[in-house]
Amino acid sequence: MNALALKAYDLRRDVLDIIVNGGGGHIGGDMSSMEIMLALYSRMNVDPSRPDDPDRDRFVLSKGHCVETLYAVLADKGFLDIGEVKARFSRFGSEYIGHPHNTLPGIEMNSGSLGHGLSVCVGMALAGKMDKRNYRVYTLMGDGELAEGSIWEALMAAGHYKLDNLCAVVDRNHLQISGNTEDVMGHHDLHARFAAFDWHVIDVADGNDVDQLNAAFDEAEQTRGQPTIIIANTVKGKGSTLMENKASWHHHLPNAEEYAAIRKELLERKEALLHE
Amino acid sequence: MNKIANRAMMCEVLKEAASQDRDVIVLCSDSRGSASLASFAEAYPEQFVEVGIAEQDLVSIAAGLASCGKKAFAVSPASFISTRSYEQCKVDCAYSNTNVKLVGISGGVSYGALGMTHHSAQDIAAMSAIPGMRVYLPSDRHQTRKLFEALLQDKQTAYIRLGRNPVEDVYEEGSVPFEMDKATVLSEGTDVLLVACGEMVKPSRDAAELLNGQGISAGVLDMYCVKPLDREGLLKAANGKKLVITVEEHAPFGGLGSMVAQVISANDPKRVINLALPDAPVITGTSQEVFDYYGLNAAGIADTVKKALEG
Repeated sequence: MNALALKAYDLRRDVLDIIVNGGGGHIGGDMSSMEIMLALYSRMNVDPSRPDDPDRDRFVLSKGHCVETLYAVLADKGFLDIGEVKARFSRFGSEYIGHPHNTLPGIEMNSGSLGHGLSVCVGMALAGKMDKRNYRVYTLMGDGELAEGSIWEALMAAGHYKLDNLCAVVDRNHLQISGNTEDVMGHHDLHARFAAFDWHVIDVADGNDVDQLNAAFDEAEQTRGQPTIIIANTVKGKGSTLMENKASWHHHLPNAEEYAAIRKELLERKEALLHE
Repeated sequence: MNKIANRAMMCEVLKEAASQDRDVIVLCSDSRGSASLASFAEAYPEQFVEVGIAEQDLVSIAAGLASCGKKAFAVSPASFISTRSYEQCKVDCAYSNTNVKLVGISGGVSYGALGMTHHSAQDIAAMSAIPGMRVYLPSDRHQTRKLFEALLQDKQTAYIRLGRNPVEDVYEEGSVPFEMDKATVLSEGTDVLLVACGEMVKPSRDAAELLNGQGISAGVLDMYCVKPLDREGLLKAANGKKLVITVEEHAPFGGLGSMVAQVISANDPKRVINLALPDAPVITGTSQEVFDYYGLNAAGIADTVKKALEG
């Protein structure tokens, strides 16, 4: 069993604690995007002792509301102290606010307003090309977020400039706050849409499977002359039957009973993985 | 009459900088011609990024470049960069603290008869309301040079509005008084103070000359730095005056007049009159015709002063 797959369940418990202690958070998307961020940070060239290294890989969390998972992953990488995050998230005067903020180590850009991350990453990737540096640039977007027009401006630009140092990931959990993405604003054939913008498109059947994600990231790294976009088919609320595939858990705050049930199931699922 | 527009001077300064510094990057949104930056793109193709007609993308891409150490100048018509890209200016430039210089060309009513879609009469208010955003409106080509040379040296975001047409010189080449974020005193005066920015500085100075000929002593302050407003310079210049008149190519709300009135009313209360464009789509015409119609010319400004002093 991939150690990251097990770690994903440990960090999900961190996310649960962060949200419950802070009194709110976007738990559904946090849970769907856990393996994506974890797999990314396990391969990215980032080092908390050299946060300004010009050759570091860049990551921008375009779906900034899933900051709780980013905090958990950054803490795991040594950028943040998870105890501090849990104790201070969303509290008065806290630096751990409900969206990414680049005064914190390991966070490149402020996000939270949807549809900005990919455009910013186009700029970072262009800078890498100009400076002949080998770093890679990653962003994670939500599928509901794809209705933002600015994303399609960025898709156009990245394709036009053949930014093969850029890799975007879509957390394709099929749900947004008002319901199913296809009912709110249909994406139809996302693969074809991205391909039409000159991107190399990879479909990941199970975007909560670390091995499948790693294979996709490997393929992205090997791709030349085109940016890559990974459509990671995930489960919103992944890790607990209470939350899975339920739009109402987009930012539901678990009560004490729900907290206990989710925590228990997260532990059980990790145990089950151990015995696979 | 000077034939060199402020935007052309910007291009000169940026070309000089780009020749010395590979990190100076210019971005346009199909606007290189209207920005007078075609010769930059030709001379420094590796330091020029075309994003197409996509102003939101323009600003965010500039922010991404800046986060990697580039000195990014995003140049697009003021009407579009200041409002269509407003959120990108707020989040990706100011909030994320990236070194992006946002240049709004053909600002105010430069585009004349093209109508309200192309006028930027809200940009000062909009940009000034963003924490961390600085707002500059240089008055002539010489001050534009000084301003861009200063902006190339700092690492903070800023919004700079430039007009489309050549404007008469306010300053003389070789002796341009300029201190970053300090208003320039054009004349002292004892009765009234005229505070102006951008293309309204020249008619304000002409109005002061008209008034002086009629026995009214008018001081003129070039407040090219609308934000941070030079409070100290303003209060010093307003000290002892009976009246303060602000003149700007902007809507009547939230611009230079509002900011000057805030400072004066809190520190040295006296009458402040704000000359600006109306709270309505402006009348069709060239920018000079528009200025003349709304009294934003030397005669109109002088007339306002005389009536106010009589009243």
